[in-house]
Amino acid sequence: MNTDKRYMAIWFRHLLTDRLVRREPELGNIPFVLAAPERGRVMIKAANPHARSIGIDLGMVVADCRAIYPNLEVRNYEPEEAEILLTGFAEWCIRYTPVTAIDLPDGLIIDISGCTHLWGGERAYLKEIVMKLRNHGYDVRAAIADTVGSAWAVSRFGQISPIIKHAEQSIMLALLPPTALRLESNVLERMEKLGFQQIKDFMDMPRSVLRRRFGKMLLQRLDQALGIENETVQPIKIAPVYQERLPSLEPIKNLKGIEIALHRLLETLCLRFLKEGKGLKKGLFICHRIDGNVQHIEIGTNRASRNATHLFKLFELDICNIEPDLGIELFVLEAPVVEDLSTAQEAIWKTSGGKDDRELAELLDRITSKVGMDAIHRYLPDEHHWPERSIKLATTLGEEPSTAWRKDISRPLHLLPRPEAIEVMVQLPDYPPIQFSYKGELHKVKKADGPERIEREWWLENGGHRDYYCLESEKGARYWIFREGHYESGLAKWYLHGFFA
Amino acid sequence: MESAAIKKDIIQQLQKEIISMQGHKAMVAGNRFESGLGVIENSFPNSVFPTGAVHEFLSDVQENAVASNAFISALLGRLAQENGTCLWIGNKRTIFPPALKLFGLQPNKIVFIDLKKEKDVLWAVEEALKCASLSAVVGELSNLTFMESRRLQLAVEESHVTGFIHRYNPKNIENLACVSRWKIKTLPSIQVKGLPGVNRPCWNVELLKVRNGTPGSWQVEWSNTCLKQVVAKPTMLPKIKILKAV
Repeated sequence: MNTDKRYMAIWFRHLLTDRLVRREPELGNIPFVLAAPERGRVMIKAANPHARSIGIDLGMVVADCRAIYPNLEVRNYEPEEAEILLTGFAEWCIRYTPVTAIDLPDGLIIDISGCTHLWGGERAYLKEIVMKLRNHGYDVRAAIADTVGSAWAVSRFGQISPIIKHAEQSIMLALLPPTALRLESNVLERMEKLGFQQIKDFMDMPRSVLRRRFGKMLLQRLDQALGIENETVQPIKIAPVYQERLPSLEPIKNLKGIEIALHRLLETLCLRFLKEGKGLKKGLFICHRIDGNVQHIEIGTNRASRNATHLFKLFELDICNIEPDLGIELFVLEAPVVEDLSTAQEAIWKTSGGKDDRELAELLDRITSKVGMDAIHRYLPDEHHWPERSIKLATTLGEEPSTAWRKDISRPLHLLPRPEAIEVMVQLPDYPPIQFSYKGELHKVKKADGPERIEREWWLENGGHRDYYCLESEKGARYWIFREGHYESGLAKWYLHGFFA
Repeated sequence: MESAAIKKDIIQQLQKEIISMQGHKAMVAGNRFESGLGVIENSFPNSVFPTGAVHEFLSDVQENAVASNAFISALLGRLAQENGTCLWIGNKRTIFPPALKLFGLQPNKIVFIDLKKEKDVLWAVEEALKCASLSAVVGELSNLTFMESRRLQLAVEESHVTGFIHRYNPKNIENLACVSRWKIKTLPSIQVKGLPGVNRPCWNVELLKVRNGTPGSWQVEWSNTCLKQVVAKPTMLPKIKILKAV
């Protein structure tokens, strides 16, 4: 049992309708509901207090409710709205505790262990959060307890005190109805039939009996609420802010100073990007003047970049728009939009800075954003005899070949992706073919060159060598053909691999 | 007599103006593009191979497509020179880079763009032709309509990039806005005494259409750096004479 955790549950009694009332205050005076179509009928998903008071509640059909109250205002229910709102609130609660989690459909659970003393105690802490939310227009109830389950229960159903003292949750829970345990509706139905009005009616029953009657879930929920079993929350993650600040002792008034500040900030930020494997897509350079005025310039890139020089060039275009006036005392560089950027992706755009290179890089940028990175290939010679391996892909636009392209060997201009089998008529043992048939067409060979034996690189793959011939047909078409294997061993096979010009 | 000479001069000047207005950059002496095409160059206006324009190549079978690609590579080699970059855009590319060296083109100067769909190829070619810092763009397209070719020609008029469209097995052949139309076929190589086997590549180069020039066909051989003619007389198609009504 974890003795030092304290949880706070916040319950938004009318989350979605309160939100709508904030936007349209007139709705606060009339009954209205949010509805969405479900299984052919329009069902109510949320009702405001006025509607509730006249008997209209969740799960009812709108048509029926219109019978009760003909002028009922019905608005559209958006399924993701609750989550978005709660996430926003959870992020706001970060100022009170680092671990906040949303509890759909209408609550938050925050882990407040060790935070409350900063506000002068649990009571003051709870009061502040609740008051702030209420002032914002949301009807909330909150509760603090040792466990998530009991905090949840007390926030929804507790009548006496919102703060349950340490290890007193069992006493509190006993008085609450079974729904406070977050059970399934069939279990709750059965409990009602059996007449269990409060948790204390079954709390002390033997566990095996409870399990047999109501299932494992009941026991789990009971244990979680009492603290016998641990329950944890999935906290939200807030997006890290990529921001670098550079204050200056003396107010900077000249262009050079601003440029130096920008350079320094870019270097630090890009270093951080490098460590985290990210790149900037939108950048914001903010200058705070000593008179309180704030000047800023914004840049955007097609592709994420963490190249400080490249980004500086983009800022440079607008830098003359900054008016330092009496001087700037704080420079801030922020990256509101960042993207993952791997080293391979970055390298290909490394340019020497020339205008031509940049234009080309931008063109390729546009092409890859439409068709993907794999479309672009640039080849360099590789030191292998095997034809398919005699070239390798270059990683950058500017990479130069380390070995020279071979000019002494003749290679076909077109190479088939896979050698295709052909039928030949040939004189043994290793003369070039007299004729061959490919795709149903017979080609008579007039001239031939070869054989050129290319051995397989045994350390890379298995297989036999290939004897390549260059054949010229009657029509003048020139082919690159090889024979795999020898006739002696009986395994000779002929293939067409390429076409010469 | 003098007035006739002056008239001829004026007419020539006007012709040059018309040609330059139609998109041919006037070649300043000394800045001429050496295409290495030999006698074929005479078919073009001002005897200069037009750069900054789109050329069309037709081919029917794989064996002849190779010849077209080789011809294109030879021109690319001249266009790219020291620092230029060329783009080769296609969707079923079979070009084997090491062989490009034979045609005077450094294979690492080419950036290959291999796309999956043919309409992406057209889009990419148009985008590439707008980029003035490229030396040349080759597009392997099968089908091209007149409207599309006109857009490409407009793009190069701004950027002065030379474009080559290689149409392998086209479905329809209609009139296009390209500056020339070629058809290249392979020919048996010329036997050199003492060198048995397959010799230098020989092609039958047909210039079917050329703007402001004379079409023709030649039989040529590629020798390391340039095209050499093999048959003595080129067969240039006769100029069509307009008969006066009598």
